[in-house]
Amino acid sequence: MSTDKVITAEQLTKRFGDFTAVDHISFEVQKGEIFGFLGANGAGKTTAMRMLCGLSLPTSGKATVAGFDVYKENEKIKKNIGYMSQKFSLYDDLTVKENMRFYGGIYGMSDKQIKDKTVFILKHLHLESEGNKLVKSLPLGWKQKLAFSVAIFHEPEIVFLDEPTGGVDPVTRREFWNMIYQAAADGITIFVTTHYMDEAEYCNRVSIMVDGRIDALDTPSQLKKTYEATSMDEVFLKLARKAVRNAD
Amino acid sequence: MNAVRVNSIIKTYGKKKEITALQDISFEVKPSELYGIIGPDGAGKTSLFRILTTLLLADSGNATVDGFDVVKDYKEIRKRVGYMPGKFSLYQDLSVEENLNFFATIFNTTIRENYDLIKDIYQQIEPFKDRKAGKLSGGMKQKLALSCALIHRPSVLFLDEPTTGVDAVSRKEFWEMLKRLKEQGITILVSTPYMDEAGLCDRVALIQTGKILSINTPQGIVDDYKKPLWAVKSPNMLQLLNELKERNEVEDIYPFGEYHHLVLKNNIKREELEQWIKQSTPEAVTVEAVRPDIEDCFISLMKN
Repeated sequence: MSTDKVITAEQLTKRFGDFTAVDHISFEVQKGEIFGFLGANGAGKTTAMRMLCGLSLPTSGKATVAGFDVYKENEKIKKNIGYMSQKFSLYDDLTVKENMRFYGGIYGMSDKQIKDKTVFILKHLHLESEGNKLVKSLPLGWKQKLAFSVAIFHEPEIVFLDEPTGGVDPVTRREFWNMIYQAAADGITIFVTTHYMDEAEYCNRVSIMVDGRIDALDTPSQLKKTYEATSMDEVFLKLARKAVRNAD
Repeated sequence: MNAVRVNSIIKTYGKKKEITALQDISFEVKPSELYGIIGPDGAGKTSLFRILTTLLLADSGNATVDGFDVVKDYKEIRKRVGYMPGKFSLYQDLSVEENLNFFATIFNTTIRENYDLIKDIYQQIEPFKDRKAGKLSGGMKQKLALSCALIHRPSVLFLDEPTTGVDAVSRKEFWEMLKRLKEQGITILVSTPYMDEAGLCDRVALIQTGKILSINTPQGIVDDYKKPLWAVKSPNMLQLLNELKERNEVEDIYPFGEYHHLVLKNNIKREELEQWIKQSTPEAVTVEAVRPDIEDCFISLMKN
């Protein structure tokens, strides 16, 4: 296993009956990289992400995540990744500290580790006085930032972020990206999907899925050159409009 | 007569009214206007739509839709409005056609009678008319929900976050559909958290934590922005951001696509600006004066 490649995928494929959701995709993600995973609804992003998170077995092809094989070591993968989405993040009816205790416990951290990390995160987010408050009483922006901190609470090698900033105000959205930059600088690899094309610019590299395939993969500036576009929005539209299938 | 008139609406939740969803909201929508309520989650958009569609009572204030009072004349309003909630609310175990038929029947009409109004949208899902609604893709569900909201030819259409979680291509198509509906004389109120959609509306209300920040045409909102705004770029964007943030001349700086947007307290010449950026970041920098977009305006209004 190579230490600097956190994800490797080779001809990774998933079929449901005669429908090929993910069609022979190949790519690698380096340690500490912010990797944008874009595609229209129905392009196969979620299916691909589920395979990489060890939640769904591929039909064919190879892939490793954090050095573990997606077929044989999916339980190890789950322990070594973090996950956050806009839909599923924290438990509203637990306090901030209880959420951290719960996630830390799930990932097998010791009481002391959980305690130290809780203090550290609350301080870092300037939420020291909110630790015993129910999550549902916090403003949405705080919740999203807290959810990200909890997703990387157990210091995973890689964190999967599925539309983490949907519906968030423009100021909080940017604060959230500052946290992503910080985590990447600390060596955590970021795998992120988004519908905001300006956020695609914040990624080191971006892949764009169309009809189950990866049709483009490069740095944002190179993609704009290749597709003679002035923005990532334009790149995305040029590629996604080629899609022939229409499903979710 | 205004199609919608909202006057000092206040809405709170909780036993002690401790959560304020709408704080004294007032605005008016003209007939056949495409009016956008633009704001993030938690701004109060859904509460507002539910009050206007007579599904929720305000604590105080009043509102009319199509000239009718939302409390007193709720039955009249229900006949005249179409409402597409943010959450998919059709019958999952009925087919596409059954859902549409059901809504037509409820409003005492038929699909045939108003087919011309929904044709453009419904034709795209008609090949799947025998499929159960629950088995449709997100994009198709959205088209079916819009068809059902239109089948009784409403005079005012309320669309609560129709494009949330929808990809850039489908979002563009959806807005093209709205434009064509507007041409048929239907007044449309649409809410969205995507700031870039503001430009597609005739007028917009920017809303945040239950308060309206500004109401204007998209152009008017941009014209109201008076601060000097520059786009800056360098090979090390994080360093550029952190160093410029510390300078006294800088009011605000934030990432904006491939650039950072730099808001200055007082405007200066480009050469001067380049000069002092180079002092802190010697690497090559690009500096350009830019026009603000709605997101710049929203950020500025939020921070005021």
